[in-house]
This record gives sequence, structure tokens and C-alpha cells, in this order.
Amino acid sequence: MTIEIRGLTKQFGTFAALDHVSLDVPSGKLVALLGPSGSGKTTLLRILAGLERPDAGTARIDGLDLASQSARQRNVGLVFQHYALFRHLSVYENIAFALRVRKRSRAEVDARVRELLALIQLESFEHRLPSQLSGGQRQRVALARALAAQPRVLLLDEPFGALDAQVRAELRGWLRRLHDEIHLTTVFVTHDQDEAFEVADRVVVMNHGRVEQVGAPADVFEQPANDFVMRFLGHVNVLDAELSDGHARIHGVTLQIGGDHHGDSHGRVYIRPHDVELARAPADGALAARVVRVTPLSGGLKVDLSVPAIGSRLRADLDWERGTALGLRDGDDVFLSLRRARVFAHSEPEPVVTAVA
Amino acid sequence: MIEARALAALEPELATDEPRWIRRIIIAVAIAFVGLFVLVPLAAVFAEALRGGIAAYGRAITDPMALSAIKLTFLAAGIAVPLNLVFGVAASWAIARFRFPGRSVLITLIDLPLAVSPVIAGMVFVLLFGQQGLLGPWLSGHGVKVIFALPGIVLATTFVTFPFIARELIPLMEAQGAEEEEAAIVLGATGWQTFVRVTLPKIKWGLLYGLVLCTARAMGEFGAVSVVSGHIRGRTNTLPLHVEILYNEYEYQAAFAVASLLVLLALASLVARRVIARRVEAT
Repeated sequence: MTIEIRGLTKQFGTFAALDHVSLDVPSGKLVALLGPSGSGKTTLLRILAGLERPDAGTARIDGLDLASQSARQRNVGLVFQHYALFRHLSVYENIAFALRVRKRSRAEVDARVRELLALIQLESFEHRLPSQLSGGQRQRVALARALAAQPRVLLLDEPFGALDAQVRAELRGWLRRLHDEIHLTTVFVTHDQDEAFEVADRVVVMNHGRVEQVGAPADVFEQPANDFVMRFLGHVNVLDAELSDGHARIHGVTLQIGGDHHGDSHGRVYIRPHDVELARAPADGALAARVVRVTPLSGGLKVDLSVPAIGSRLRADLDWERGTALGLRDGDDVFLSLRRARVFAHSEPEPVVTAVA
Repeated sequence: MIEARALAALEPELATDEPRWIRRIIIAVAIAFVGLFVLVPLAAVFAEALRGGIAAYGRAITDPMALSAIKLTFLAAGIAVPLNLVFGVAASWAIARFRFPGRSVLITLIDLPLAVSPVIAGMVFVLLFGQQGLLGPWLSGHGVKVIFALPGIVLATTFVTFPFIARELIPLMEAQGAEEEEAAIVLGATGWQTFVRVTLPKIKWGLLYGLVLCTARAMGEFGAVSVVSGHIRGRTNTLPLHVEILYNEYEYQAAFAVASLLVLLALASLVARRVIARRVEAT
């Protein structure tokens, strides 16, 4: 089941929740809508589910215009951030709901509910009420409930947003495996890039009701289309600079940024923390810096640096080996060089530069 | 709320750090007040009702006029309460779920019967439906009698009691939100299926609470009903009106015997409220 979205627009008062959004979700793929809150991703999902009406534009599932169907007729599976389980119904009856309102036979309902209980690994919980389940269990029940009537597409609205970190990580992996089993076209809303990257085949980065970039997780991360995507996907050092052909001047320091930036302008240079290289000894073009604070992270070290020459602070991320080899401590003097710095032409969705300082 | 309560329980010294004698005085004042204004009058009603013995009590409440008043009271409440049930659910649904022009006016108007003196409410219906009223001549031309008849009593009762269910449900429905209803619709339920399978179970204890309040008030209403009923014995007398008539005729024992029925109804509704209120908190 493919989803085709063309020019979808939705205004709440003066707030543009969606601004001419066009998007394709290929059949059987899992696509993540990634963006900060207020970027329109939930509105998009609610329009697909039929809970909101767009002001303009169309959405089609397998060529069929959704505007011709009410929410009730669409048969899409929707999972809410706060589960929205029926609080007065047992786990069993929650999952059975879509089949009961369709007046399916008792045997058919029972067979399908048992199948789904096995899928979410909650067979022994069928008589519990939602209030007697943990957050992760509730979300699995919500998912089973959404799948019960064999929906055409599955929509997940920040499904793990209300859970703690460990349960989130577990459920992410579980959701991806589940998707690989059932291959249901799925749209997944999140503001967490790790979640989007881990689970999705494709990531759609949204901001202010517009699509900023669409691509595979690695492409979006490696080739951000513009400064918003660059800033939103992970930490980034941002420096104000005077740009001229191939150079960026930051205070007294000139960085070679190469590439094809033309003309003189005021702009910004973006540097990922993992593109900042540190050394104990000075090297050609390296800048002197002082270690402000070293923080261990899961994959290595985060090093906050003060760099007097550019009057600014920078963050560098080192992997464990490099970090321990350097043996950095707060207050140490080091020298930094940049593997890669990016410049984005003002509001032009085009990455311009790859360079060394 | 729960957290705040738990915290208070953890720090009892802080929360009630008053000298013992002050605490005792406050408690004594509260008990004395309740005793003087609630318990003593309550006891007096039953004492007076039973003064002539059980037999006299039985005679007073099985008197044909009393029985007719009981019947009329239940009949009027039996019509007014279901009417308010429908109105209350519809109004709270509209107010809690939709934003529409006139919404705040509707919220204010729902409380009107609580603000207006019941006597005035009764007079409004006389002005509308009485013989000199706006609609009265036309209605009586078609053989419909409203004032000094059952329809008037039902109208007055309905008017006076219509805030009770809506006021119970609006905050409850606003707190519960509409997500479960949205989930039901996306899962393929019709509007009616959503109401019966999702909304009604969610609000049932709040609804029941409102129903008890509404019923208690409907049976006890005096002012508005008094204006429209005309006090025709055995025809348009409800229980409270019957008590007044007996009292005015110096039949104190009979008056209090009938009054004790109203008191028992009120006590039963209090118990029901306690039980239901606990369930409302649990949902």
C-alpha cells in the first residue's frame, strides 16, 4: 500500500501546521517523520487517519483519495502517544474492539486476538485492565489493537515518547523486527533522531510545516540539505564567519573551506563534534585550545573546549581509543584541527563545502 | 493530587502543628454546628412524625391524598430526570468536545436555574402557559392544560434540575479528553457504537452521581412547583406541597410523617452519593 501526499496544507488559526507538504511512502516501507514539536508531523498523521481535515491538498492510499472516506471507513491503524487504550476494557477486549464493531463472529475474533496476543507476547495478560500494565505493555496492546482489523497502513504517533529510555530502546528493536515480519506500510512520528535512524527505512525531516529533507538515515545525516537539518540531527558547532571564495574568516582566523562558495557574505560555519580532531602537539593550521570539561559518553568522550583565537567554545567528540590515548583532563592545553566544516548558502537547500582547516 | 496527599501524610507534624487545645476547639465548633443545624432538626422530624405512634404514622402516609402526592412526585421526577439525562449528556458532549460560537453563553445558561429563585422560575412558566400568558390561550384552545396540571409541574421540575447532570459531566469529560473516542472511530466504530462502547462506560459513574443529585432535587423541589401546581389536593399536589398543606391545617403529626419520607429519600441519596463519589474518583 503506497501513500501519496500532494500539497497538503493545514492552518490552525494563524499557525500553519502543514504548508504544501508532498511526500511518498513506498509500499511496505517504514518511514519516520522527524522534527521538533510544532513541525506538523502529528497533524500530517491525523489527516491520514481522518481525525483532521486538510485545508488543501490530497492524500491517497494506493491511488484512492482519502477525502472520499471518513475516518471510520479508512481502515488505518493508529497508535497514539498516550496509548488511548479503552480504560474500562480488558487487554483482550481492547484488541478485539475493531473486530467487534465490525460484527465478526466470535470464533474469528478469538482467533485473531490470540494471534495478536502472541505477537506482542502478552498472552497471560488478556484479562488485565490497561491500568494494570506497564507503559511498554500498554503501548504493545495499543499496537495490537491497531493491527487487529488488518489495516491498510499503520500510523504511529510518537509511540515511545512517554516511556523511559531503556524500554524505548527495547521497543524500537522490537518494532523494527515486527515490521520486517509483517511488511505493513508504516508512518512513524518522532522527535528523536536516534529512534528515527534506528527504526526507519527513510527519514522525512520536517520543520514549520514543511518537509526539509527526505532520505535514507545515513544520507540525511551525512548530506544534510540545509542548516536546519544539520542542526536538528545531533549536536553541531556553529560559528559566525565572513565568507569569501573558499575561505571563512572567524575573528582573526582564516579557515580554508574550499568548495564552491562564491562571493562575499556573512554566514555560518557548521562543524560536527566528531569532525573536530585533537592533538597534544601543534601542527600546521591547528588552533590552540584549552579543555574545559571532559564528559564520558556511551561511545567515547565529549570534550568541551575554549578556543581563544576564535573567541568561542567548541565541542569535540572522541572515540574511546583516541580519548584514552590522549589522556585528557580538565584544563589541559591541546591543538585542534577540523576534518570537515560545512557552509550552507543562506536558506538554500544545498550543501556547499567539504574541507580541512 | 495523590502526590500532594501522600506528601501531607508524610509530614503530619508540619501540616497540623497546632496546639492541642486549638484543635479541640475547632473540632467542637464543627460538631456543635452540625448537631444544632442538622442532627437536631432531623431528629425532630422523626420524633414529631412518630409522636402519635406507628399506627398514626402509617395512617398519615397511606392517606389517599398522601399516596396521590407520592405518585405525582415520582411521576414528575420520572419524566423530568430522563429529560435532563438526555439534555445533560448532549450539552456536556457539545461543551467538552467542540468549540462553537455561543459555547460560553451555553455554559453560563446551564447554571441559570441555580442562580434564579425557584419561585421566579415557576412564575415564568405561568407567564408563558397561564390563561393570561403568551401561549396559554392557544394551548387551552387545543385542549392542553399546562399550568395547574402535570405538564406544568414537569416543566418546573425539569427547569430547576437541569444543571445537575451537565455540571457533573462537563469537567469529567474535559479531563478525560477525546483520545479514546478518536481511537474508537479510527478503529471503525460508528458514532453510536463509540458512544455506547466507549463514552458511556467512561462517564457512567459521573452520570450516575448527577442522576442522584438531579432526582433528589426533583423530588424535593418546592418553590417552582408550588407556583405552577395550584395545590389541587389529590391532583396536583407533590410531596413537599402536601407537607405544607398539612402543616397549615395544624396536622403537625401527619405533616412530619410525610416530611419524614422526604428526609428518608434525601438520606438515601446521600448514601448513594458517597458510594458513587468514590467510584467517580477511581475513574
